[in-house]
This record gives sequence, structure tokens and C-alpha cells, in this order.
Amino acid sequence: MSEKNQILTDRQLLDMFYYMLLARRSDERMWLLNRSGKIPFVVSCQGQEAMQVASSFALAKGVDYTAPYYRDVGVVLTMGMTVKELFLQAFAKAEDPNSGGRQMPGHFGHRKLNMLSGSSPVTTQVPHAVGMALALKMKQQPAVSFVTLGEGSSNQGDFHEGLNFASVHDLPVIVMVENNQYAISCGIEQQVNCAKISDRALGYGIHGETVDGNDPVAVYTAVKAARERALNGEGPSLIEAVGYRLTPHSSDDNDLTYRTKEEVNAAKEKDGLIIFRQQLKKQGILTDELESGYESKIKALIDEATTYADEAPYADEQTLFDGVYHQ
Amino acid sequence: MTVMSYIEAINRAMKEEMRRDDDVFLLGEDVGKRGGVFRASEGLYEEFGEARVIDTPLAESAIVGVGIGASMYGMKPIAEIQFVDFILPAVNQIISEAAKMRYRSNNDWSCPITIRAPYGGGVHGALYHSQSLEALFASQPGLKIVMPSSPKDALGLLKAAIRDPDPVLYFEHKKAYRLLKEDIPDEEVLIEIGKANTVREGDDLTVITYGLCVEFSKKAAEKLATQGYEVELVDLRTVYPLDEQAIIEAAKKTGKVLLITEDNKEGSIISEVSAIIAEHCLFDLDAPIFRLAAPNVPAMPYAPPLEKAFMVSEDKVYEKMLEVAQY
Ligand SMILES: Cc1ncc(C[n+]2csc(CCOP(=O)(O)OP(=O)(O)O)c2C)c(N)n1
Ligand SMILES: [Mg+2]
Repeated sequence: MSEKNQILTDRQLLDMFYYMLLARRSDERMWLLNRSGKIPFVVSCQGQEAMQVASSFALAKGVDYTAPYYRDVGVVLTMGMTVKELFLQAFAKAEDPNSGGRQMPGHFGHRKLNMLSGSSPVTTQVPHAVGMALALKMKQQPAVSFVTLGEGSSNQGDFHEGLNFASVHDLPVIVMVENNQYAISCGIEQQVNCAKISDRALGYGIHGETVDGNDPVAVYTAVKAARERALNGEGPSLIEAVGYRLTPHSSDDNDLTYRTKEEVNAAKEKDGLIIFRQQLKKQGILTDELESGYESKIKALIDEATTYADEAPYADEQTLFDGVYHQ
Repeated sequence: MTVMSYIEAINRAMKEEMRRDDDVFLLGEDVGKRGGVFRASEGLYEEFGEARVIDTPLAESAIVGVGIGASMYGMKPIAEIQFVDFILPAVNQIISEAAKMRYRSNNDWSCPITIRAPYGGGVHGALYHSQSLEALFASQPGLKIVMPSSPKDALGLLKAAIRDPDPVLYFEHKKAYRLLKEDIPDEEVLIEIGKANTVREGDDLTVITYGLCVEFSKKAAEKLATQGYEVELVDLRTVYPLDEQAIIEAAKKTGKVLLITEDNKEGSIISEVSAIIAEHCLFDLDAPIFRLAAPNVPAMPYAPPLEKAFMVSEDKVYEKMLEVAQY
């Protein structure tokens, strides 16, 4: 890791750590709000912050386009969604820029941030990101599109159709599969029978690679290189980031019906956030003061966002018919 | 007699049919170890094993398409779609294949598959976990669509669907799962597909509906009785093909008709019911045909005030019944 560190400055490493911590603490707060009856639903990023934040750091904010999926708290925060906006969507309030409270939490989309609006049926975002890349290529824009999905979702037809299209037309799109080893209750062995999701790249004739999703520098390096290839006209990349889902699938799930506490605890030992923190500390990049400064700044931000979002009004029922068609 | 909830009745139907016939098997996402995300298949994996209770990869077109293939061999698959909203990737298989298999092969091949899917709103499910999509399939001869309104019907109709020699879509209301409970005989319950059910008799107005709206209507009708109006309440049970005779008789009986669905109004099941009444009962009607349905916005929003404004409820049914009764 020390060698790879030269790719990123200390400042960048600290920023990455800050956003990983921000994503984790935001997610933890949402669970508290859920368990205290304040918000009916949470779908979590915990265990995937490293891959989400690091991949987004390799993109150009305000230039590249993203199509995040429902766990991507780390992606949306890094790409510029504010904590207040994140909590407005968790509380489904009118001011939520993602959907004005129309969608469930975790359904992101923010035009100002070049973030495509996503739905619940999985993998529909892959062809959209490919289409965005097609438009960028047609308009000769120096930008890429970046799309994420779970490993289970890579079994949908949209995944294959999208990647094949992107390959045939050498489109500037980066597809990152966040392999957290589970699709709700089904382990990876019930989803695919190949060693790596990235092996599928061979079938599309594109670059494929698997990286340790708990290692932010490895993820950053892979996505950065994919972006350069895309901008050079070398087409799409399929990147598989391997991690683990540390929480149940969602607040409606009980994960102990299909996996053991021991397995989850073992995965916590490899938690990218914890390991990165230890490494930065060992290298003297992250000090105790810096860390406690981050923690208190984040807590203040989340407290403020929670109160604001809690008190904000819901959309008025008069707005039910708004936006069915152009008005 | 045993008191059973709607979801317990579904579970019992599958167990009984799997015990009775070795060719019956279940396939779908999370149906195995997890027992289904709603627990509809609880205990099946333990009793029948992983060969007959199959956790599939996350790909609905394959769940249905593979089910169709197995049914062409002579198996009796029950394909579970986790939410009806996610049936859309499988529509090609259902409409191009299942619906047309018998006809296109001139009776040489058939496809006795049952496709189960939870539908319906009022559960904070937002746009993609609340829809009613029956109308999408209700213009496809070759298919049958059943939508039970009570635990007993859920049991009898599912058993009949599994035994049916043709493809049956079985849509179960997810809000009814634990809301509805009743005494059910311990002996075998089979309910004929294609037959509507008169739930309540009355002379002042006829209400025709199906699914959870039957429950809203039963309660509203009781309240209306205290105002001196008696409702003839018909539960369609099978929404495709429709029981024309029962519809015509019920409409003629009172001459005032209210049709109810929680689906969007345009092009819905009740639109067809309305056309049948218009064709056959013109001179028996004392009032225009009334419809109560969801508004024509794309799907149910998440924020509580919007969800409430969208969703049909007991109160909305009562108000509409009173309006029709007083017409
Ligand atoms: C088309 C479709 N089918 C089923 C679902 C229900 N569902 C939501 S998430 C999920 C599992 C997704 O697993 P994976 O792709 O590995 O992503 P993860 O949740 O693990 O991040 C399922 C089956 C859905 N949202 N869309
Ligand atoms: Mg997964």
C-alpha cells in the first residue's frame, strides 16, 4: 500500500477517508432513525464505502456522469450530494432533490450533479449509462459515464445487453460491480458459477478486472485507469470490487436466517474503513486530532441534517399529478 | 377449522400441492433458505429440499422462461416473482411464450406453469413495490389471472392454479398477507378458476371489485347499511378471463353499479367490466357506471401524504358508495 500511496497525495487520502467516514456515520444514523420509527426504510452502504468513495474520487466531478445504485451513499456524497440532501431523501420530504420524496430511500438521482435517476428494478441503469456514454461520444465530450450494480444484478439481461452494446461501439463507460457476496439471502455461489464476475468481460471483448473493494487505493487505481482508457477511445471496462455487506439486505431483512454472526464478524475484521484508518494512522497521515475533528464535524453535519429533514414538510397532496407530462 | 392468515393459506396451498404431486416445484429469488422475502415459502426448503425449492439467480426472464421449459416436459412449476413490479423483465416470456404456447403448437404443447407475485400498495413501497400490473396481462388470451381477496380464496385458488393445465398468473396482495385472517376448513379447499363470488347480497347498488378492495368494500358496505342502503358485492376472483354471466346478473340486479380497483383507472380490469355491462345491461341501469380507482399518475409515490392520496381506501370506497346509492 505504501507504494501505491504515491498515486494519491496525503490530502487526497485524507479526503477519501473523510468521505468513507461520512458515508458510514450517515448510514448508521439512518438505522437509528429506522429503529426508532422515524423512517420506514433503510438500505445500507456499510462495508462498501471504500469501493464507492474511491471509485468516485477517480471521476471528474461536474464532468462525468454517474448512475449509482441503491447502496451508493459513498458515491453520491463524493459526487457532491450534501448530507442535508441525503437525509431529505431518507425522510422523503418535498425538498429532496432525488425525487421530492416520491421514491423510497436509496433511489438516487440529481441532475445538477450529472447523476441519473434510478428505479427499483435492478440493472436498468446499465443500458442508461451506456446510452449516456453513446451521447458523450457522439458529442465528442471528454467525459465518461460510471455505473454501479450488485453482483446478483449482473445476471439480468440488461447487464449483458448493455455491456455488449458498449463494447461494439467502444463507448466511454465504466461498469463497477460491487460484489458484496450476497443477493439478499443468496450467496454468490447461487448467483454465478464463474470464479470472478470480471471474467465475463472476456465474452464482451472488453477490459475486465477484479480488485479488493476494501482497498480504496486499489479501487481508485483501477477506475482511474479505466477512465483514461475510456477517454482514449479504448471502450468500456468492467471492474469488480469485492467486499462484504455488513448489514442485513435492508431494514426489512433478518440476515441471520441465512448467514451466521461469526461470518459477519469475520468480515468486519476486513472492513475497508477500519483497515484504511489503521494504515493512514500507521503512516502518520491520519492523526488522532484529525480523526476526532472529522468525527465531530460529521456528527454536527448529520445532527443538523437530521433535524432539518425531520422538520421539513412532505410534498403536498396537490402535487400528486405534477410531472406526469411536460407542463 | 383453523384460523389462517392470507400468507399462511398461500404457504399451505404450496405445501399441500407439493405433497400431493412430485412434479410440483417452486423456483424464485430467496424462496429457499430465506423462505421468501415475505416468508410465503417458509418451511418448504426444509420439507422438500433444494431440488424442489430452488433459489434462482436474480433474473426474472429466466425464472419464468426456465419454468416454461420445465412445464413443457410435464413438470408443474410455481415461479415466484419477488414483487409484481419485477415481472417486467419476464413479460416477453409470459406474453410471447406462455400465453401462446398451446395455440401456436395447435394443442401439441402446453405450459402448466403458475406464476405467483405479490402486488398492491399501502405498504410504503413507493413506485416499484406497490403496483398492480394485472391489466398488462389481461388482454392476452391463453393466460388466466387470479387475485384472491381472502385467506380461503388464496388457498383454494392457488391449488386450482397449480393443477390448471394452462399458465396462471396468481397475484397476491402483500398488504393482505398478515392483515386478513379467517377460519379455513382443514379438509381440501379448491376454488374453480373463472368464477366470481357474491360476497354480500343487497338490492340498492352493486359493487364489483377484486383483491384487497373487496375487504375495503365489505367494511364500507356494513357502514352503508346503517344508512339504509344494501350493497350487492361481487368479488371477481379471476380477473381474466372475466365471469361475464356473474357481472351481468349482478349489474342487472340493482341497476346501479360501482366498479373498484386500486390500479390506475384507464385500461384497467374494471374498464373491461364496464364495457361488458354497457354491452349487456343498458336498459337495466338506473345510473351511469361509476368507477373508483387510482389516479392516472405513473405509480404510487412514497411520501405518506402522496401515498394516501393515491391509494384506494375504505373511506374512499364508502364515500363513493354513498354517492352512487344516492344517485
Ligand atoms: C428486477 C428485480 N428483481 C428483484 C428485485 C428485488 N431485489 C432487490 S435487491 C435484490 C438483490 C440484489 O443483489 P445484488 O445485485 O447482489 O445487490 P446488493 O443488494 O447485494 O448490493 C433483489 C432480488 C429487484 N429490485 N429488481
Ligand atoms: Mg450483492
